[in-house]
Amino acid sequence: MKSFGGFVIKEFNHIFRDRRTMLVLFGIPVAQLLIFGYVVTNEFRNFRIAIFDMSQDEVTRELTGKILSSGYFILDESLTSTDGIDEAFKKGHIKEVVIFGQGFGKRLEKEGLATVQVIADASDANTANLLVNYTNGIIQDFAIRYRPAPAHPPAIRIEERMIYNAELKGVYMFVPGTMALILMLVSAMMTSISIAREKEMGTLEVLLISPLKPYHIIAGKVIPYVVLSFINAVVILLLGFFVFGMPVRGSLALLLSESLLFISLALSLGIFISTLAGTQQVAMFISMFALMLPTLLLSGFIFPVENMPLILQWISALMPPKYFITIIKDIMLKGSGLEFVWEETLILAGMTLLFIFLSVRRFKTRFV
Amino acid sequence: MKAAVDVRQISKSFKGLQALKEATLEVRPSEIFGLVGPDGAGKTTLFRILVSLLLPDGGSATILGHDTQKDYKMIRRITGYMPGRFSLYHDLTVSENLSFFASIFGTTVRENYHLIRDIYGPLEPFAHRQAGKLSGGMKQKLALSCALIHNPSLLVLDEPTTGVDAVSRKEFWEMLAVRRAEGITILVSTPYMDEAALCDRVALIQNGRIMGIDHPDGLVKAFPWPLYAVASEMMYPLPGHLKEFHLTRSAYRFGDRIHLALREDDPESVESFLRSKGHTKISLSSCKPGIEDCFMELMVNGQH
Repeated sequence: MKSFGGFVIKEFNHIFRDRRTMLVLFGIPVAQLLIFGYVVTNEFRNFRIAIFDMSQDEVTRELTGKILSSGYFILDESLTSTDGIDEAFKKGHIKEVVIFGQGFGKRLEKEGLATVQVIADASDANTANLLVNYTNGIIQDFAIRYRPAPAHPPAIRIEERMIYNAELKGVYMFVPGTMALILMLVSAMMTSISIAREKEMGTLEVLLISPLKPYHIIAGKVIPYVVLSFINAVVILLLGFFVFGMPVRGSLALLLSESLLFISLALSLGIFISTLAGTQQVAMFISMFALMLPTLLLSGFIFPVENMPLILQWISALMPPKYFITIIKDIMLKGSGLEFVWEETLILAGMTLLFIFLSVRRFKTRFV
Repeated sequence: MKAAVDVRQISKSFKGLQALKEATLEVRPSEIFGLVGPDGAGKTTLFRILVSLLLPDGGSATILGHDTQKDYKMIRRITGYMPGRFSLYHDLTVSENLSFFASIFGTTVRENYHLIRDIYGPLEPFAHRQAGKLSGGMKQKLALSCALIHNPSLLVLDEPTTGVDAVSRKEFWEMLAVRRAEGITILVSTPYMDEAALCDRVALIQNGRIMGIDHPDGLVKAFPWPLYAVASEMMYPLPGHLKEFHLTRSAYRFGDRIHLALREDDPESVESFLRSKGHTKISLSSCKPGIEDCFMELMVNGQH
């Protein structure tokens, strides 16, 4: 019994001495619970929409006010022409456009029937569904309470349209998200582990004193993974196209270039992780918990960023996959060109340079 | 004669712990120079500074006239380094390892095969075996081949025989002797005192301090005290009792004997002292000092 007690104490010592194990044991569950709790609420608010009001009368103004004061929607833009709709969606700020036809108020009064068109960006199918349902509810509620109706209450007909993904296929969200996740994990985890292995085996000591320059070592490590990850990306795209019918409406060259950019980012992140980690195990832990969970939870892959509390939205803004998912969704589903995704591209490029800079600074020709 | 390696007052600390304290030593060309000391004495730190992996806090060092800080690129070309753990890629085969290390130093196995023929030859039947599946002795031979493949003028070997069987250790030292005959300077560290005797000269290092440099014979000859091997019926309290004796310089257990160094050569009084402590069957015989005795003496000296 005594020897068993000694064994248990030894195990506790292992755990308590290793701060990383402690972090995994206690930090991860707490963080996960908090993130899940906040992210996975169906609470729904502050989605950006645009309104195209051709009628501009009292009724449409009142209805607009009702929609915007619900708390679910924020007016991003008031459109003045039909051409603006496509443009507004491609810019990516808005998820929905509400269109009031000409003479909306008059028709409602005289004929007791008017039509509202609701167009939602269905590249994220779940969100689009929710948006349309909420809008629907507000408008119907308005119709019932509409005062000046004498005999029977006026009806407002709602024409729904889902664009970019008319069939509301979840796979349209799933393919870009999986692609981001796989590229991130494979590229970052594999490079960080392979550099950490050199440290562990002592081979890095010999590499460092060889005539190889540090950037030779890093580039030599990275090039095979660039090639492999790129093949990976192409395979995912092919599967998405042929198996799931995921369209590629934009330029394929742009799509592949953006994938390459994201791979470079993931690899530079992997190198950076390896400068922090001394062993393969640590490299693996950091990659898993610093990359995989945030990619799943905070990138907008599973849960819409707009629903998150502000603080998580800020953290989400630091997640490279968020931008990559936006970019490939825009290119594949909306057919956007570089002029619509340049901001995200710039952010990814900036992050890549930052991590390369940090790694080269830390990855020296000497130990200390 | 110009020194092959010239270390001048090198100091290095890690987070407040002083690993090297003004270490100074000279290695002559084409000699096997041993750095002998227990684990944690500072051997690896000194070697890492010499091969330009670490920067010293103070002092300087040159290898064949090249400064280890300013000319580190040159140092890296002329030095073959074998780190403490044999740094091999365990998932690569024997021949892949060798070709890789040849290629990163800008050479080929074919070009420099003559340098390693005697070492690598016995490994050739296993050329396609993964390095991780080799025995300790074979890993050591492969690592030495990899360190020699770019024709270095200086070999720096950090505890190359740790974890290797006795036969392989002996073979290894024979290989080092061949390299020395070819004109390569060898700097080797070891925790084993018996290996010190195989070096041309040795430096004893303890707590980051170089405590003495000489030929192994010179060190032994310079041992200043009369030395006795002592045994008795009660071996356990014997060292303690010997240390109480007023003429004792040092008393340490060596195998089944206690090595006793005396300030004055008076074995009879030792015997009577031990008898007064209740020891019987006392055996007291004069013995020749070895490297270990010199090491202990330097340690005692360092404490005073």
